[in-house]
Parts: sequence; C-alpha cells; structure tokens
Amino acid sequence: MPARVRQDASDYQQLAQRHTPSRPMLRNTVRAFLVGGGVCVIGQIVLLLFVRYGHFSPKEAGNPTSAVMVLLSVIFTALGVYDRFAAWAGAGSAVPITGFANTMASAAMEYRSEGLVLGVGGNMFKLAGPVIVYGVVSAFFVALARYAILHL
Amino acid sequence: MPLAGTQTWRFARPPRVLVTATVAGKNEGEGPLGDEFDVRHNDDRLGLNTWEQAEQHLFDEAVEVALSKAKLKPPDIDLLIGADLNAQLASFYFGLRAYPVPLLGVYSACASICEAIAIGALTIDSGVAEKVLVGTSSHFATAERQFRYPTEYGAQKPPTAQRTVTGAGAAILAAGGGKVAVTEATIGQVVDMQVKSPWEMGAAMAPAAYSTITAHLQDTGRKWDDFDCIATGDLGHIGHNILRDLFARDGHHMGERLVDCGLLIYRKDQPEVLSGGSGGACCTLVTFAHLLRQLASGVFRRILVSATGALMSSVTVQQGESVPSVSHAVVFERMED
Repeated sequence: MPARVRQDASDYQQLAQRHTPSRPMLRNTVRAFLVGGGVCVIGQIVLLLFVRYGHFSPKEAGNPTSAVMVLLSVIFTALGVYDRFAAWAGAGSAVPITGFANTMASAAMEYRSEGLVLGVGGNMFKLAGPVIVYGVVSAFFVALARYAILHL
Repeated sequence: MPLAGTQTWRFARPPRVLVTATVAGKNEGEGPLGDEFDVRHNDDRLGLNTWEQAEQHLFDEAVEVALSKAKLKPPDIDLLIGADLNAQLASFYFGLRAYPVPLLGVYSACASICEAIAIGALTIDSGVAEKVLVGTSSHFATAERQFRYPTEYGAQKPPTAQRTVTGAGAAILAAGGGKVAVTEATIGQVVDMQVKSPWEMGAAMAPAAYSTITAHLQDTGRKWDDFDCIATGDLGHIGHNILRDLFARDGHHMGERLVDCGLLIYRKDQPEVLSGGSGGACCTLVTFAHLLRQLASGVFRRILVSATGALMSSVTVQQGESVPSVSHAVVFERMED
C-alpha cells in the first residue's frame, strides 16, 4: 500500500471512529451476569427436582439436568425464540450449556436444506466445532501441566 | 459529448423509466414506506422449501409485476440486467431462468442496481435495445447464511450492524414513454479505507459514496443545489453521519437534501435494525417505490442516487482482509414532454 493511501486511511479511520458507537460493555456485562446466572439457577432447580423426585444422588443428577437444559435450548431454538433472547442477553445466553446447544441446533436447521448427511451432519459442528477442538486441546495441556507438577 | 469528465456517462437520448415494481418482505412492508410497495409479503419464506428459493421467487415476482404494469410480455423485453448477493448470482439466474430473454448478471454488491441501470441506459442510448428490465433482490436469511451465522443462532450484533432488506425490485427502461428519465451515470472506483470489520459496512462504504458523488459534481460541473435529493444506498446511521462529516470537511453542509435508503426503509424500533437497512434490494426498493414516485409526482425535479456496495466475500472476511467498497451513481430527472 503506498504511503499516501496509508495516511488517508488512518485519517479516515479516526473520523469514522468518532461516529462509531462502541458496544455497550457495561449494559452487556450486567445482562450477561443476570441472564447467565438465571440460566444456571434454572439448571440448579432442575437438578434439585431430579434429586427430590427422581431419587438421584446430587452427583448423578448432573447428567439428566444437562439433558433437560439442552432440550429446552433446542426447543426454543426451533421455535425461533432463542436467537431473540440471545440478542438481548449476549454472553449470558452463550456461555451456559444452552448456548452450545443453540449453536448446534441452529446450524442443523440452517443446513437441513442440503440434506441429512452432508447438510445437517457435515455442518452441525460448524459453530460448535472450535469449542470442542480447543476444549480438548486445552484439557490436554492442563493435564500435562498437572502431571508435571505432581510427578516431576 | 457522451463522456463527461473522467467517470460520468451522459446519455444523448435519455432512456425513460417506463414502470417500476417492488416486492417487499415482512419487516419492509411494516416499515415507513410499506404503503408504497406493490407487493407486501407476510411470510419471508413464502411457504417454499428454502430461503434461497424464496429470494428467487421474490425476484421473479418483481419481474412479473413490472411486465404486467407495463402491459408487456417477456419477449417484448430486449435484455434483462440484474444482480443479487448470493454466490454466482443464484437468485437472479435461477429466479429468471424461465424468461426467454437475453440476460446479463452484474455484481457490485449492494451498488448493483445503479450498475444495472447505467448499463441498461447505455444499451438503450446506443440503440442495441429498446426495452431493458433491470432489477435486484436480497433476503435477510440468505445473506445471514452466506456472510454471517445461521438465522436461529443466538448472537448479539454490535450497534454498527445493519439489517439485510428482504425484497426485490425491477424497472423497465425504454427509449420513450414515462416522465422520469435516466440522464447520467457516474461509475465508481473501488475505495478501500482499511475498515476491517464486516460489521462496519457503513464506515467502509461512506468513502466510496463520497468519492463517486464528488466525481459526479466535478465531471458535470453541477452544484449541490441542482439536486432536490441525493440518496445513498445503504450507509445506515453511522455511514450517513460519516458521509456528512466528509462533505462538511470540504465546506458543504448537506441538510435534508442528503438521505440514505437504509435509513428510509425501516423505523429505528423495528427488530434488529441497529444502524439501518442494507442489501441489494435496499436502494432498489426505496428508489423505485419512493424516490421515483416523488419525481413523477413533481415533488422532485432531479435526483442523484448513489448506491453503495461493500465488496467483501465470506472468504475475504474469514481471512481478515479489509472491506473495499464501490458506489455507482445515476441521475434521474423529470421530463416535461
């Protein structure tokens, strides 16, 4: 890029910046805290119900609770409600397990038109894939660090 | 003198706009210009299997409405010129494949409608065609899928984001008939001010609009006062304010004459509008349904429409490239004859 163009671009970016509202960080953070916490409270209630009425131990109740939360998220995604809720709640809807379920369900719905195998199957993890890849990669390094600390 | 200055085509026998046709999606139909569209849909899927088929149908419907308003049959049209935002111009080619008419697909992203009008007017002025149909389409859901996320994915968009307009518009240009003429076209250059975020299309496109409008005034020697309205395609609130600032630096304070189609098409409180409307149909719907009506009815005498296009693809965005932009402008005038 010639020097003059670079100078023009940097002048312009300063001008554009003045008109560009930043993301409302405080508002988004407060909403994310309240909604993310709220989703977890609902999850806790579901867990307690499994313990109380399903006679699960608190440890065993974790898995069916996750399944219920995932199911609820998928149902609300299919009804076209989850994206509107997430547009308001931001990270509060993305971080809990419900957000993960939404990435998979929304991708599955979007690519349904390309068939069940290559469409749904091939694209379901399009958004969720990075979470799994980096979840596994970071788990590996954490395990390596743990081993080094405990055994070396 | 067919070429004025360096970028402006001046048509010796200005082609007329015979009819226009506009087909709007749900949110667009519920917007401030709702009453002015020819067709308003309540369901953006139109009961079809895919969003892509829905967009193709919108395009087809706009062409059908234009033909029936002009009382013409498809073979009466010498050339179809159109565009959309889908890869390989799928809505244009698939939507209009049934028409036995020669056709040209063009692409300048959301600036395509002015490119289509400029080329259409040129073919009529040069005598190779008598009646040319131009049009574009866009669809919220197909654009989201191609450029962003699945439609049902829960994501919080930044306040700079814009909503892709769902709809299609078409116009028939002809050597005679109709009160509104296409008198000039200014072909834009690519302008890249190194805006990196695909969520800031207004900021990416404003310098392209500035470049083309400034070039038009230099090429033609016209002044701001010579226009009753100067409309940009889809800069949204943020891009519109940046453009005003760019002109203010040159000492021009634009007042109410400068408008943006992306601001006219929605109310600010409609869902996910954020900075305003965008998409290939944004400028088309507002210009054909609203601005040309003001010209025909005598509110305006001469207007400049500078459609704006952000030229990124889904690949360039993923690879972290900037968003180059282009703007093409067309002058519409009311003729008293």
